[in-house]
Amino acid sequence: MSTTQGAASAIQPAPQKRKGPSPLLWPLAALALLLALNLAFTPGFFHVSVKDGRLFGSLIDVLNRAAPVMLLSLGMTLVIATRGVDLSVGAVMAITGALAAWLITTSHAGVPAVVCMALGLALVCGLWNGVLVAFLDIQPIVATLILMVAGRGIAQLITNGQIITFENPGMAFIGGGFFLGLPFPVTIVAVTLLITALLTRRTALGLFIESVGNNETASRYAGVNSAMVKVAVYAFCGLCAGLAGMIPMSDIKGADANNAGLYLELDAILSVVIGGTSLDGGRFQLVGSIIGALIIQTLTTTILSRGVQVEFTLVVKALVVLAVCLLQSEGFRQMAGRHFVRKAA
Amino acid sequence: MKFSLQKGSGPFYATLFVFALLYAGAALHFPGFAAPGVFVDFFSDNAFLGVAAVGITFVLLSGGIDLSVGAMIGFTSIVVAVLIGKHGVNPFVAIAVALALGTLLGAAMGALIRYFALPPFLVTLAGMFFARGMGFVISVESLSINHPVYTVLSEWKLNLGAVQIPLTALILLAAVAIASYIAKYTRFGRNVYALGGNTEAANLMGLPVGPTQVRIYAFSGFCSALAGVVYSIYSASGNPSAGSGLELDAIAATVIGGTLLTGGVGGVPGTLVGVLIFGIIQTGITFQGNLSSWWTKIAVGLLLLLFVLLQKFFMRGAAKA
Amino acid sequence: MSITIHARATKSTATEGFAMPEPVSEPQQSAVPLLSMRGTRKQFPGVLALDGVDFTLRAGEIHALMGENGAGKSTLIKVLTGVYPKDGGEALLEGRLWEAKSPGHAQQCGVSTVYQEVNLIPTLSVAENIFLGRQPGGARINWRAIKKGAEAALARLNLSIDVSRTLSSYSIAIRQMVAIARALDIQAKILILDEPTSSLDADEVARLFSVMRRLKDEGLGIIFVTHFLNQVFEVTDRITVLRNGRLVGEYETAALTRLELVARMLGKEVKDLEDAPRVQHAEEVRKEPMLRAHGVGRRNAVAPLDLELAPGEVMGLAGLLGSGRTETARLIFGADRLDCGAIEIDGKPVAISSPRKAIDNRLGFCPEDRKTEAIIPDLTVRENIILALQAGRGWRKRLSRKKQDELADHYIKALSIATPSPEQAVKNLSGGNQQKCILARWLASNPRLLILDEPTRGIDVGSRAEIERLILKLCDDGMAILMVSSELEELARLSHRVAVMRDREKIAELSGDAVTENGIMQAIGGAAS
Repeated sequence: MSTTQGAASAIQPAPQKRKGPSPLLWPLAALALLLALNLAFTPGFFHVSVKDGRLFGSLIDVLNRAAPVMLLSLGMTLVIATRGVDLSVGAVMAITGALAAWLITTSHAGVPAVVCMALGLALVCGLWNGVLVAFLDIQPIVATLILMVAGRGIAQLITNGQIITFENPGMAFIGGGFFLGLPFPVTIVAVTLLITALLTRRTALGLFIESVGNNETASRYAGVNSAMVKVAVYAFCGLCAGLAGMIPMSDIKGADANNAGLYLELDAILSVVIGGTSLDGGRFQLVGSIIGALIIQTLTTTILSRGVQVEFTLVVKALVVLAVCLLQSEGFRQMAGRHFVRKAA
Repeated sequence: MKFSLQKGSGPFYATLFVFALLYAGAALHFPGFAAPGVFVDFFSDNAFLGVAAVGITFVLLSGGIDLSVGAMIGFTSIVVAVLIGKHGVNPFVAIAVALALGTLLGAAMGALIRYFALPPFLVTLAGMFFARGMGFVISVESLSINHPVYTVLSEWKLNLGAVQIPLTALILLAAVAIASYIAKYTRFGRNVYALGGNTEAANLMGLPVGPTQVRIYAFSGFCSALAGVVYSIYSASGNPSAGSGLELDAIAATVIGGTLLTGGVGGVPGTLVGVLIFGIIQTGITFQGNLSSWWTKIAVGLLLLLFVLLQKFFMRGAAKA
Repeated sequence: MSITIHARATKSTATEGFAMPEPVSEPQQSAVPLLSMRGTRKQFPGVLALDGVDFTLRAGEIHALMGENGAGKSTLIKVLTGVYPKDGGEALLEGRLWEAKSPGHAQQCGVSTVYQEVNLIPTLSVAENIFLGRQPGGARINWRAIKKGAEAALARLNLSIDVSRTLSSYSIAIRQMVAIARALDIQAKILILDEPTSSLDADEVARLFSVMRRLKDEGLGIIFVTHFLNQVFEVTDRITVLRNGRLVGEYETAALTRLELVARMLGKEVKDLEDAPRVQHAEEVRKEPMLRAHGVGRRNAVAPLDLELAPGEVMGLAGLLGSGRTETARLIFGADRLDCGAIEIDGKPVAISSPRKAIDNRLGFCPEDRKTEAIIPDLTVRENIILALQAGRGWRKRLSRKKQDELADHYIKALSIATPSPEQAVKNLSGGNQQKCILARWLASNPRLLILDEPTRGIDVGSRAEIERLILKLCDDGMAILMVSSELEELARLSHRVAVMRDREKIAELSGDAVTENGIMQAIGGAAS
């Protein structure tokens, strides 16, 4: 009796209820598990101390260090939701960091003007990618690879191959300052997340992005201007990368065109995928991507504070990527489902 | 349109033309650039990039992507170095082990891509993290190889009178020759092209799509392991961080060499020319003296853009015909 | 009975192993058919594509497989050749139980196929396409032999082209000939041609037919799928008709008239139709046309044609599959670009170069292929319904959630869309309810002209009646409707006027008393008086 029931439920499609578990459940569970492990095995991980009205501790450290990737992952989420990808964000970080550092050292412009100019350049970078993808119809991987390769060269061109250092308390505040007791980058992330959420959920952009990513032909037939939607998300992604580029530049009080944002595009893509947005486009989870970035940073910090060889971080990351991919794969789910049913029977 | 006669080779000739132009320009501009030794250096200095690009060419021809090759170079070079230096393994055995590991890892990625229908981008990204991480786990520091056999390997040169060709350049040439043969004269090679041309049609034509896909990634794994071995010979050391970011250079060289990223069109000889263009740009900038190295990156980016647009143009021409 | 066959078949397989079956040299019409499929079943999610279909092919015959879109022809062929695994039934190849594991395996067993979509590699040379997967030479492919072989294979079709050029540099017609040459060159016992002539001109068709006749005389069994009726009567010996995944029957071609064949394909009795009284239309209102198309056409799709549509009018577009009916609908909506002709709305010329322009001119379009061109599968019913309206308003003027819910609730009720909630992902709905969501999407954006391509295909009877009622109601409210349908009865019942298409041309326009199922059928069959 129980066997037939098990088999029947395996054959029938998944229960067609809308009220399924929230898509954020798995990423949240993973983060909670990581934190729980730390609570049990890493003494002092949850210890937060207050010095001069500022908070310090491992948790704060995770938040602070994850900030650039969190920012990147916000833009990347929207790009991936349209079935694209942006490999150039790391290079764009380097470019904007370089420009800002160069401007602050060579011109008399104030910090706000410098930041605006740097972000303007980031926007141009994003628009460039968007035009290649949307109007020239070049595959996103290739289109953004161009800027990824050339971008770092452009950044070095700006810094003339040097590490430009500066002494400007205003500029240094962006990455090193504190606001409401928390590191300022945390505030930047929070505000950007809020703006992104408002922009996508309080206007119709989110709907258009999801529909273009899910079925571009049908969206066009319904009147959605898919090319403009794509240009917009790549431009936004560039802007996020520019913002992310301000943080390490300000933190080290200098622009390192060689290393700023190196490989962060991969971490950003990873955060998005862990956060529950599929590389096949469609539904996107902004908060999920933030959690994804936090998971990656917590993992890294945990490994560091556990005294495990740092080198294992990458291997663990590889396994996490694979596990996430397999969990999202239809084929694997079916296989696992069958196996489970057989065992249950 | 004259080019429409040979649509597949159009981009290749464009690459060759650009190469000739750059070479002639540099040779005229810089005294000593035309020396045969400089030309040989294009090969030996870029041998590991070239060997890795040969493997990636197959992947791109089939319409896939492989991000793991750079990390694989670091991984295999340190495997060879540790096996020889710390465990006293015969260098040839160590090389064989490294090649086997690379092939295995590639095949595993291919199997995941094929049988779970996972996106190649993510699987090879995981492969990249894994290989890089394992490299660091084996040894964080770079390790020099001081074995008599290795000394011979890295110093041996084929003497052709006017020029002396180091072993690494010969390995690159051999890899290009063998891979070109595979691509042109074996069923596996032709199936790679068919897969990239139209996977669905390839299946309907009765071609072994699944096994071919796994073999493609295994081949790329083998090539990147070989590139790691070449690196270890070239530098007489193993370095877990070797080849970082090299996968993108390899992809760029392949695209510049006329292989379409959508798959189905291109070839190994073009990739070699693409790698040589890299060499010219680098060497030219060194010769220039007052031009800085970052111009290499900008030039490569611009070339990449040029060739992607060129490919669009060729494809559009093909679609119209 | 079937059990004994089964047992014998298994036994013979066991004794002879998996050796390649011998080529046929038996006399034609031998007792054991070349191929016999019994009770073939194939289930796709939500659709039973093949429901117990029997099919028999004899050696030395050309056998037409006929049916409208969705009848199951292509599915039957894909099951036969191992593209899809079947869910039931069995196949006997020369009396032995047989199942193709993959297209490659089918090829090895002597079943060679030209699939409907061109199944070649456009980026490779013509010669290579003919020999891919079976290249001569062991470790080193012999390119010279390939070139010679390819030239010889094409010569059989009287085609002399440069075989070293890439396939993509040739026209679709030549590509089709190359696909046929490949299929013929594989030493086969069964040759399957799935709509091979759709892009060939008369000469090329004649050449193909002469080759087919020769192969037939050599003892091959040929399965020929086409939607050109003339060709069926010209070249085939027998005809199997499928409809909605079921077998309608198997007929000697000589014993069937064109009209009878059309009737069987559409599922009607000719006699009944001739006697049936014509459904009375509402009074013919001839208003000033709202949309007027002059000589609109597109190369390789539709020959230039004229159309006029008035508010409150349903215009039917009839014709068999491939007749250009869908292409016409797509042209008017701007989903494909016009090569020639012009469109006027309210007497003013408009440039409909994209769907967006069409929507700006208050046109709406429900495409034929619901899955790939209409629904956004992962989005909810609510989101699918409001999409066109929202796209028209632009991204800044978002419909409030309250307004969205109202709209969704309104249309779910008005069209009785069966969904547990407006927040259900539309992919989880049945075909009929998905179609209603797409209709609701357009109704919400309040178009003046709605183009419906097969609005009732693959939809259960209940939903279908509802959709038909809705169409009539919209038309009463003053909307103009252009409807494509392969259901002639439905077209006749709902349309004020019907344009009839054949071979990508508009060949007739029926109005008033002439709009009957039989009248349309006569026009399609070419027997129009």
